[in-house]
Amino acid sequence: MASGVNRQPFGLRLLTYGFIVVWLIAAAFPFLWTFWGSFKVELDFFSIADWTNAIFGRRTEMTYGTPFTMAGYEGAWVQGEFWRSVINTGIVCFFVVCSSLTIGTLGGYALSRSGYRYTFWLLIIALIFRAMPPITLVSGYMLPFFEWNVWGILPTTIIVLVAINQPFTLWMLHSFFQNIPKELDESARVDGCTQFQAFRHVIVPVMWPGVITTGLFSFLLAYNDFAVTSMLLNEENRTMIPAIAAFLGSTYNEGQIMFAVAAVVSATAPLFFLVMFFQRQIVAGLTQGAVKG
Amino acid sequence: MLLFIAAPIVSVVLQSLHTPHGAVLVEAETCTPLSGCILETTIDQEATRELREAEPLGRLVGFDIYLDRGHLAFAEVAEAWRQSDDLGEFWTSLMNLPFYRAMAFTLTFTFIVTPLMVILGLVIAFAVNSLHRHLKGLVIFFSLLPFTVTPLIGSLILFWMIDSRGILGDALVYLVGDPSFSLKASTGLMWVSLIVYGIWHAAPFAFVVFYAGLQTLPMEQIEAARIDGATRWQQVRYVVVPHLMPLVTFVALIQLMDNFRVFEPIVGFNAEAHATSLSWIIFNDLGGETRQFSAAATSSVLTIIGVTILLSPVLVRTWRDFRDKK
Amino acid sequence: MFLKKLALIGAVSLLASSAAFACEIGARVSIVGNEFPAIQTVGANAQECSGAEVTTNLTADHQKINVPGMQGNPAEYTSAIIANSSIVALMNEDVIQPLDDLVAKHGQHLKKNQLITIGGKVMAVAFMANAQHLVYRADVLEQIGVEPPKTYEDMLAAAKMIREKGIKQNPVGGAYKAGWNLAQEFNNMFLGYGGSHFKAGSAEPNVNSEAGANALNMMKALSEYMNPDFLTHDSNATNAEYRAGNVALMNMWGSRAATLVTVDGVPEEVRNGYAIAGPMTVGGGSTPASTLWWDGWTVAKNVSDAEAEATFIAMTHAIRPEMLNAETSPLAVWLIDGYEPTDAAQGVFAAANAGTIPYPMLPYQGLLHTALGGELTDFMQGKESAEQALSDVEAAYIAAAKEKGYL
Repeated sequence: MASGVNRQPFGLRLLTYGFIVVWLIAAAFPFLWTFWGSFKVELDFFSIADWTNAIFGRRTEMTYGTPFTMAGYEGAWVQGEFWRSVINTGIVCFFVVCSSLTIGTLGGYALSRSGYRYTFWLLIIALIFRAMPPITLVSGYMLPFFEWNVWGILPTTIIVLVAINQPFTLWMLHSFFQNIPKELDESARVDGCTQFQAFRHVIVPVMWPGVITTGLFSFLLAYNDFAVTSMLLNEENRTMIPAIAAFLGSTYNEGQIMFAVAAVVSATAPLFFLVMFFQRQIVAGLTQGAVKG
Repeated sequence: MLLFIAAPIVSVVLQSLHTPHGAVLVEAETCTPLSGCILETTIDQEATRELREAEPLGRLVGFDIYLDRGHLAFAEVAEAWRQSDDLGEFWTSLMNLPFYRAMAFTLTFTFIVTPLMVILGLVIAFAVNSLHRHLKGLVIFFSLLPFTVTPLIGSLILFWMIDSRGILGDALVYLVGDPSFSLKASTGLMWVSLIVYGIWHAAPFAFVVFYAGLQTLPMEQIEAARIDGATRWQQVRYVVVPHLMPLVTFVALIQLMDNFRVFEPIVGFNAEAHATSLSWIIFNDLGGETRQFSAAATSSVLTIIGVTILLSPVLVRTWRDFRDKK
Repeated sequence: MFLKKLALIGAVSLLASSAAFACEIGARVSIVGNEFPAIQTVGANAQECSGAEVTTNLTADHQKINVPGMQGNPAEYTSAIIANSSIVALMNEDVIQPLDDLVAKHGQHLKKNQLITIGGKVMAVAFMANAQHLVYRADVLEQIGVEPPKTYEDMLAAAKMIREKGIKQNPVGGAYKAGWNLAQEFNNMFLGYGGSHFKAGSAEPNVNSEAGANALNMMKALSEYMNPDFLTHDSNATNAEYRAGNVALMNMWGSRAATLVTVDGVPEEVRNGYAIAGPMTVGGGSTPASTLWWDGWTVAKNVSDAEAEATFIAMTHAIRPEMLNAETSPLAVWLIDGYEPTDAAQGVFAAANAGTIPYPMLPYQGLLHTALGGELTDFMQGKESAEQALSDVEAAYIAAAKEKGYL
């Protein structure tokens, strides 16, 4: 948008585009490489003999007759039943994002508009909670969860993820709400709105960029979590990341590394649609944003 | 939150002050397949159980674990100080202690990665914000990739690419001109790889937060500044950056904390021989065949204290902002 | 691939069981264990039982789950599948029960040597064995005209020849990854030099000795012939080097022997030159520089008698002699009655016959293993002396053992 209001000089423009191109290569190259490699056999993907094998797939051709094979995908989705993990991840992400955002939005708004001293300390305590390494938390949960018979199921994991994620959501939304000028809801209250009405009619329409960004991070946290899900879910309720880790194998047994690679590529696809969708939301949020409101 | 985080924190602090009871050991004949029987030591469960039931929390040892060799190691540090002739020697002995070795890497990592990723994130956000509308979606997607793909796999792929026979490693070997050059065999280069990975992985996070912040820019102020004849740089300096300041604080806060707890890259890059962190020490204590809960609890408490010290400047700032606003 | 195999195994054994062997249980059975193919087979076999539900949770993280999962009352898991290193954690926490009565009642099919007895009580039933042993390239050794090495000294000499003749730059492979793998290699070498980890009858460490220094120096000498990144190579990475044809000599797990060269894309010369032999000795000793391992199952203590009995019946059914067939036999070195060793199993049997020492089942062995894994890396990188590294190991171990109450 800035470009519309404020035309950039040619030099700066060139610099911007050059920078974007360099950054995109750095950001995307490993994944394009992975995508390309996911159609190869393991000895080509991790081409110890000669790295150009990863490009031309010589070993793959030796085995399958063509330099491309769907064996990894077939293995992950059909033999490895990766779809189960996809469904589980979907459930976990949906509930984690919804609960974190509800609590975070209301809490963040309240904290940002409250002048009491305890609000500051609440935020600090939330922060200290976040400082706790998740791995310690999780190993502490195990015994009580087994005793209460709630270990291994999705709801437990969702609650734990929400609890671990909440300090972050609270802080992030708090920062965003602080960015929305106080005058906005004050003027609404002068007009006779209650605090809640002010929130509902004045803040909600302008808060979307912040909420969506926070939602995105909550989503990614639930989507990518390994420490919690690998320890608190049993085999049939596994989400995608522990399932991928299981494909990788351990000291004792050979993993199915290409299953894991294919699964990683599969797991990135939904993110593509997600980001494409919410990018529009962010821009849409702008047009009805604080400036005009 | 109270139940799932506050209660565990209390229990972790309690655990760090206690250790398990002394085990009563007995000799017993142990027979295994293919090799026959030998005399081996085992725990006398009857006798040990009595001890355990008397004091379920374990022995209260106060700060003993905090001070043992695996943690603050005051005795060893003092000893090293007495024995060393110069600072270099003292430093070498200090780096031989797990806690200090971990802190050396953790602090280096934190203080290099955090500012660089904030700057990189800001620059990407500005650049993307000035792009054409139709390009934005695609660019945002690809920019997010390093952050979205789980560190477990992201670091595995990069770990492979920087192998001396992977594509990036091979390029480096070519550039350096030494066929035995390897990033993974040298401590210094491993640190550099981890730091580059840390920036690469976290920059998208800063970028998205700043990008969202840029969408709420006060246009009137920019317009006013422009009419007043402010240059582009002045507009950024006096309007845009102050507007983004709370977000910068927020990103710095979160990243200081996350970088201090750096863990996944170390495991993903198999860098245990070269770099460790407090989180890795906890993982190591809990991951062995015999798990050391008290040691892990102590390291966790030390992590929390470390994070608090690290964040105190930011917190003081937040406190001032908060007070001023009132 | 292993899941496909599993489906086959399931189908085959289902046929077999309906024809010959019935398994009737009267209470729930719940199994936790590692996830490699042999254990998947055992889990699937146990699930053939009818009359009550049999659930399995087979995951690489089983060691972190099994203790809390068996500490509750009633325990979530009625059985844990473990190895000789990991049974210690269950014994230390006192969560598994002696099986003598159940063996007498239902254990007719079990061989005497499958029973793991500690202090006269049967604590676990083993079903497979494992050991590290030599894996080499017959074609490369033929090229330089030497026999497969019987000692690590021979291995060094052969490696030197291979490098000097320009056949391979880094002919030796080893799972020397910092942490568990490196410590395991030290254990092998240390036992080969006749060392013993602890002072007799106590938990005092004894690794800072001549045997310890010798073991480290030998490892260092071997590492000169390894890929310079050896501290990042676990057994998977080492196998990958072998498959790519970069490695001609390595000490590798017997459990990997069957599948080492069968994966997609292994070059012809590697496939043809692949050969295994028993473990090597070192320093003129007669005990192989290796350790003997077993995997077996246990029964939880905090379960009802009916559940314990059902678990025992289901698990015994899972490892009955009839489960061995063309599909399952190559998956492991089975200790089950009627098992005919396959070619891939000869390394492990050679290890057992040569008197390889079993990995110690001491309550504090795990702590020493962790300490070794963390403190030996400085020596391997040439940053400190062997004596300094070993005294660091002892100091780290003593701190941990004091915390756990062993010292």
